Order: sequence, then structure tokens, then C-alpha cells
Amino acid sequence: MITREQVEKLAALARVEIAPEEAEKLAGELGAILDYAGELTKAAGDIDRTKDVPAHRNVMRDDTPVHEPLAHTETLLTAAPSRDGQYFKVKKILS
Amino acid sequence: MIDLTTLTISKASALLREGSLTSRVLTESYLEAIKAKDTDIHAYLEVYNDALTQADAADALLKAGKGGPLTGIPIAVKDNILVKGKIASASSKMLEKYVASYDATVIERLKKAGVVFIGRVNMDEFAMGGSTENSAFGATKNPIDTTRVSGGSSGGSAAAVAADMALAALGSDTGGSVRQPASFCGVVGFKPTYGAISRHGLIAMGSSLDQIGTLTKSAGDAELLFDAMAGKDSMDATTIDLVPVSVNKKMRIGVPEQFVASEGIDPEVLSNFRSSLEKLKALGHEIVPVELPSLPLALAVYYILMPAEVSSNLARLDGVKYGLHVEGKDLLEDYRKTRGQGFGKEVRRRIILGTYVLSSGYYDAYYNKATIVRDLITKDYKKAFESVDVIATPTAPSPAFRLGEKTENPLEMYLADIFTVPINLAGVPAISVPSGFTKREGKDLPLGVQFVAPHQGEARLFEIGKQFLAE
Repeated sequence: MITREQVEKLAALARVEIAPEEAEKLAGELGAILDYAGELTKAAGDIDRTKDVPAHRNVMRDDTPVHEPLAHTETLLTAAPSRDGQYFKVKKILS
Repeated sequence: MIDLTTLTISKASALLREGSLTSRVLTESYLEAIKAKDTDIHAYLEVYNDALTQADAADALLKAGKGGPLTGIPIAVKDNILVKGKIASASSKMLEKYVASYDATVIERLKKAGVVFIGRVNMDEFAMGGSTENSAFGATKNPIDTTRVSGGSSGGSAAAVAADMALAALGSDTGGSVRQPASFCGVVGFKPTYGAISRHGLIAMGSSLDQIGTLTKSAGDAELLFDAMAGKDSMDATTIDLVPVSVNKKMRIGVPEQFVASEGIDPEVLSNFRSSLEKLKALGHEIVPVELPSLPLALAVYYILMPAEVSSNLARLDGVKYGLHVEGKDLLEDYRKTRGQGFGKEVRRRIILGTYVLSSGYYDAYYNKATIVRDLITKDYKKAFESVDVIATPTAPSPAFRLGEKTENPLEMYLADIFTVPINLAGVPAISVPSGFTKREGKDLPLGVQFVAPHQGEARLFEIGKQFLAE
């Protein structure tokens, strides 16, 4: 079971504003989806993840610059809803 | 006038290269078809204003004898693949005016091959859905029966090809989003091995599942596009250069009997599937049963892992860097209003579900369990492919359903992915080819059969697809 309050908390964490009616409806829908997914617990049994290495693993590249500084700055900033020179403009966080 | 209904890329390309057809004439034919039909179907969100300029450039290449198998071929692009200088909205209000600042790797490769991009086509918002009814810009209707859905999420791509409004289209497939609409619209839908085609420039949904695929009139056309797009790309760390597997002309085809006959499958779909198996036998292939015991759990796994990845991938859309921005009283309210109003209902649902399954205390119960069962499914396939060349199932459990029929029940909509989702979880390639029709209210609705191959077994899919369609 998922409650409306839980949905509202999750929505806040996910930074998504939802109407109270939607939270109510989502609580029911998410509950149904999670019930359906519940059968996984049985199937997964006691497989120990630390011993059973998964097929998918992260591939990392070297943390080095891949292009000249400012090469794409102007192109990318033209897509910004609000900018100040070479910066994205956001509201201040600390009051 | 060219007969577009029977035209394929390979036929058109032969005409273009011998000089009896120009890309301009061909492209104009498709533009006219769009003008004549798309008001009813709504496959296109935008027809590019430079399509004919691209066609002229392709004609110059062809004239100089530098044309390849895709030069001058008009294709449609799903609205989540970036074409530099064009809008890529993922059919969302969030990105309604977003102009791509670079070409996706697949676009770059196809541009080099001389492809003409005719426009961008509709989809479920951020590729989340199975009917295009989640598009912020209205659903795409099925060209065969406009009271029915085109399937999804690549519904615009499938409808454009089925209605001869493009010779082929690009789509993306996270849980069946290329194959299911292909089945609903009666065209060929192909999803390659995970890592075979770069996703650089594809708007991400579930990154451990997403692949770019194709919608075409023939299996041979899917192969032509695949060859032009596949291969390692430094911009997508998951990409590999394929080491092709062996291909037998006469194959052993595995059928997961129990799974295919499970509850909720349309009886007409089943009988059509049986006829497909008979046809394959007549072609000299051997049909054998295979065991894939974890398959019935695939949907449950998918609806944990996919929303988890969605919630993380879509966190980047915050109204600061690009896309929609809605003003609030402070930064937090900017985020919440932008994301609340920019995302549609299904996207919000999946973000919140994903946030739940990844949250502390539930992570182990859901996400971790799902990854364990995912590995079991992958192992099932691996084992099955020790004794068969390919596996066959229906592509979808039903023909195209009615517009609005499943919009109120997300779980029921999700069940439409039952045969396609396991393939994405295992990362193996699959192709859906038209297998006949079922009559509903006087309309012949298309059905599809899906062939699945082991990792990097694309060549087997093209071979069996061509044989099945007598290409």
C-alpha cells in the first residue's frame, strides 16, 4: 500500500508539483503496479549480489578535457531560459 | 508517378543510382503523400523545410556517381533523436521549443550516407507509452483504421511508413517501442543488440534498455539502415563493434510454448502465430520448444528498472539549462512548477514510481531484486540459444486497440509489452515482421511475428525475416 502522503513526499523529492487529486489517484495506481512487481521478491530468492557479478557494469573514461574551453558555451547557452553573460541564471538559494 | 506502396529502399536506391529517378521527385512524392493523408493520421509533428534541399544535394552525389545504398532515401525521424538545428521535443511540452545543438551519431552517419530527413514524427512523451496517446501534441492514428492506435512509443514512425509518408523511419525501443507499433501498423520493426548502435543524441529514457531501431517496408531495408548506423562510437560507452554470429539458411527455431499461450493473449493472435510456424516449417526450418522459465517475470522487472532509470535520466530537465521554465517564488518552486507543468501524466507517474523504488528502505526490496531477476532472464536466453538459432513469439498480445481503450488503466497498457520487454532486459536483438491480419469490424488489422537472436545475431534476424517475407 502506498498512501497519498507518501506520494506527496515522493513528488516533493522528485521536484514535481502534482495536484492533490492526482496524488490520490497515483497512490492507487502505484500500489497496483508495486503489487504486481511484488512477485520478484519470491523469484530472486537468496541470490547474493556480492558473489554473483552482474552482466552490466559501468565503463568509465578518463576524466580529462575532451574539447577546448568555451568551444560550445555559446551554442549551449542560447538554449538557456535565462542567462547572464557566460552563465546560466538561477534564483539565489541562500536568503 | 511512382507507386509508393510497393517501394522499398533497395528498389528506390536501384532506380536512383541508374538515373531513372531523382531524390527530388521521390521526396516530392512523399511530401505530397503527407499533405494528402497526415491530417487524418497525425504522424508528423514537423515536416522539415529543407527536405528538398537535402534531396538536391543527394541528387548531385548520385549524378557524380558517388551515391551509396541510402543516398537520396527520404526517412522520418522520431522526435527524440537530435538533428542539429531542428526541434527535438520528445513529444513533450518540456522540450516543445528545444532546438538540437548537435547531430545524434545515427544522424551524422546517415547524413554521410546521403539520407534525406523528411521530418520528425510523433511518439509517446519521452517514449513512455504503447499508443502515442501520451504525446503532448495528440495521438497518431493507425493508418489502417483511424479509430485505433498506431502503437507506441514509436507510433508516428510506424504510421509514417505504413501510410507511405516516408520510405523508412528511425525509432527507439526501450521495451518494445519499435516492434509493437510495427506489428500494429503492418511494417517491419527492428531493435538491434544493446550497444550495436550509438545512443549519443537520443533523448534518454532507460539507459540500460534503450536502443535506436528502424521501421521499414522490408527486412532487407532494416539491414541496409543497420549497416549504415552500427558500430563503436566514443560518445556512447556502451557501443561495441559487432562480431557476427554464424547464420544457417535452415534454422532451428525455438518457441517458448507455455509463455506464448499465457493468459490474456488474443486467440486470433495465437492462431496467426501457429500459421506462421507452419509457414516456417514449410520453408524448411525446424520448430522446437524452448524453456525460458523466468520470462513471466520480465514485465515486473521492467516496471521497476525502467522507472528507476527514468527518474534519474529526467532529473536533468530542471528549467535551468534548456527547455521549459516556469517561474516560482524561489528556485525550488521553479523546479517543481517547471517539472509539474512540463511533464505529462504518464511521465510524472513513472518519475514518482522510480523515485519510490530507488528510495532508501525500498531499494533492496525492488531495484536490487529486479536486477537479480534480470540476470536470470538473460541467462535463460543464453541457455536457450545453445540449442536454437532464433526464438519466435508473437510481437504483441493483440492487434491495435482502440484509441482511449487503455488510457485509464496503466497496468493493462503495460501488458501490451509482454512479448517485447524481455528482449530489452536481456539486451538481445529482435525483429517484428508482418504475419497476416485479423478481421475486426470490417477492417483487416495487421499482426506481427517476432524473431529473437542471441547477442550480435542481427544477421540471423535479417535472414529469417527475408525468408518469411519472401524477399
